[in-house]
Amino acid sequence: MPNKKNLKKYWKENLRYLSILLTIWFIVSYVFGILLVDQLNTIRLGGFKLGFWFAQQGAMYVFVILIFVYVRWMNKLDKKYNVNE
Amino acid sequence: MWTWILVGITFAIYIGIAIWARAESSKEFYVAGGGVHPVINGMATAADWMSAASFISLAGIVSFTGYDGSVYLLGWTGGYVLLALLLAPYLRKFGKFTVPDFIGDRYYSNVARFVAIIAALMVSFTYVAGQMRGVGIVFSRYLEVDIDTGVYIGMTIVLFYAVLGGMKGITYTQVAQYCVLIFAFMVPAIFISIQMTGNPIPQLGFGDTGPDGVYLLDKLDGLQKELGFAAYTSGSKSMTDIFAITLALMVGTAGLPHVIVRFFTVPKVKDARISAGWALLFIAILYTTVPAVAVFARTNLIETVSEQKYDELPQWFSNWETTGLLKFEDKNGDGIVQYQANPEINELSIDRDIIVLANPEIAKLPNWVIALVGAGGLAAALSTAAGLLLVIASSISHDLIKKMVKPNITEKGELVAARLSAIAAVMVAGWFGINPPGFVAAVVALAFGLAAASFFPAIVLGIFYKRMNKEGAIAGMVVGLLFMSYYILKFKFGIFDGGREAVAGLKEDWWFGISPEGFGTVAMAINFIVSLAISGITPAPPQEVQDIVEDIRVPSGAGGATHH
Repeated sequence: MPNKKNLKKYWKENLRYLSILLTIWFIVSYVFGILLVDQLNTIRLGGFKLGFWFAQQGAMYVFVILIFVYVRWMNKLDKKYNVNE
Repeated sequence: MWTWILVGITFAIYIGIAIWARAESSKEFYVAGGGVHPVINGMATAADWMSAASFISLAGIVSFTGYDGSVYLLGWTGGYVLLALLLAPYLRKFGKFTVPDFIGDRYYSNVARFVAIIAALMVSFTYVAGQMRGVGIVFSRYLEVDIDTGVYIGMTIVLFYAVLGGMKGITYTQVAQYCVLIFAFMVPAIFISIQMTGNPIPQLGFGDTGPDGVYLLDKLDGLQKELGFAAYTSGSKSMTDIFAITLALMVGTAGLPHVIVRFFTVPKVKDARISAGWALLFIAILYTTVPAVAVFARTNLIETVSEQKYDELPQWFSNWETTGLLKFEDKNGDGIVQYQANPEINELSIDRDIIVLANPEIAKLPNWVIALVGAGGLAAALSTAAGLLLVIASSISHDLIKKMVKPNITEKGELVAARLSAIAAVMVAGWFGINPPGFVAAVVALAFGLAAASFFPAIVLGIFYKRMNKEGAIAGMVVGLLFMSYYILKFKFGIFDGGREAVAGLKEDWWFGISPEGFGTVAMAINFIVSLAISGITPAPPQEVQDIVEDIRVPSGAGGATHH
């Protein structure tokens, strides 16, 4: 069983991953899709205005990727600290 | 004819699964024995999550509101990121059966447990009322029975597999229901995408050009403006409100008990994480198609009816006129349909549900595709109803009876209690389906707002802030629930200002310009502030509770979901 100090480090690294991923989560949906939507709409992606595309397509793709990245990182972290099941 | 065959086959499958997957123990009844494969659980979660509203109404809402509809697309998918990162793995490690279980144990208090039970029941009942109505409506439109008969048939089916199989039966029927509903949604979408743009992938098709070489979205923006509507890609809600609604829906999604409880059914913490990923992937397949369907349907609809002679409109128009979903009133008597934003000139009123229901007919697709949409709508409504009924049943038999009223109840007794509660819950839900409160649409906002205002802060703080104590959590949940209820009662029902007629005039008084749909964001913030403030001036939680928090942060040693 890993010791207490290691578990603290494990938790800290977990929190760091969370803050990175949640920052991206916030940027693609709230910043690109809502706050900066008018500015981004001046850029085009084929037939899509970019801001509109993020709000109705892009953000959702990123959400899916974020969860799978998190799973990958955490599985590695669990192994590193020997806390996997 | 096709409809009866397809609905018959799918119902036979659901019942077959129910007989095969009977629950033998309370653990199987509540969490399917805790041994569900993460991909299977992801699929079941997706079916659980996507209700009649997602299947039938969402594309219509997006179609009629354009960019503003993004709040639902973002809100109902982005919540899964929060769920996967902040809640699911830790709750799985905690390893109990229900959300009130976690609240009650983490905050070492039956008062906290009771507040959580009340919140779970409020959220689930408001939600399930709409589902049973949805079952009735789909039946009445496709099988030409009346809505009440449809509700009875739906009740019988749900009763059968929810009561017999509990979570185990529900999980495996939901997998079948996911397959039916996604197939039913994608087939017409792909057909229409090919028809309109030549691109078989709807997600790309709606950014493509039509046969005239103009980008579809540009054409639609132009059509909308010609008729006096806001441009499709820009919408008309304020940015603050869009932001607040999206956040409230995301946080509410992550706090809905019938979604959270699905992550108790997988064997390991690792599985809970990946299972959320699969769930979102399966959901995103439908949700990224929705905006495409919305654009195709809107363009098609405007081109088919606008400025056309009423007598020469296609057959589907009069079909749907008889259901009352389409209404034409020739105000200027010229025999031509004027579809305009200006209500003085506009002669056509369209129910937005028609976008999904009639879309295959408008696009002239074969009959079996139209029938498929009916079977898909039923699958969506039934799967969500069953998931909600299970939360209601376990709140009563497990949280209330086993944990509070009669702790020495036997395993067998608890299973009987669970089944009886499920039967009672189906009856109540059916009653709501037959006598729908006139406010079904209004209370959905309430369900998300309540979940955001109560569960989400209490659970997140319980995991990420060791010092959070029962005083803080209870105060936060109660204040959050009160603020949310007050806001809905005031601005959605007009209770303090002379009834529902007054609601429209109160828009000016919205706090920070935030609509009742988005107020969950404010109520959640209030919950967080109150929780932190109160816990700061009251004693820290006992050592053994702090040890529980340490323990749930680490995956090892999860074991099955267990009784203590």
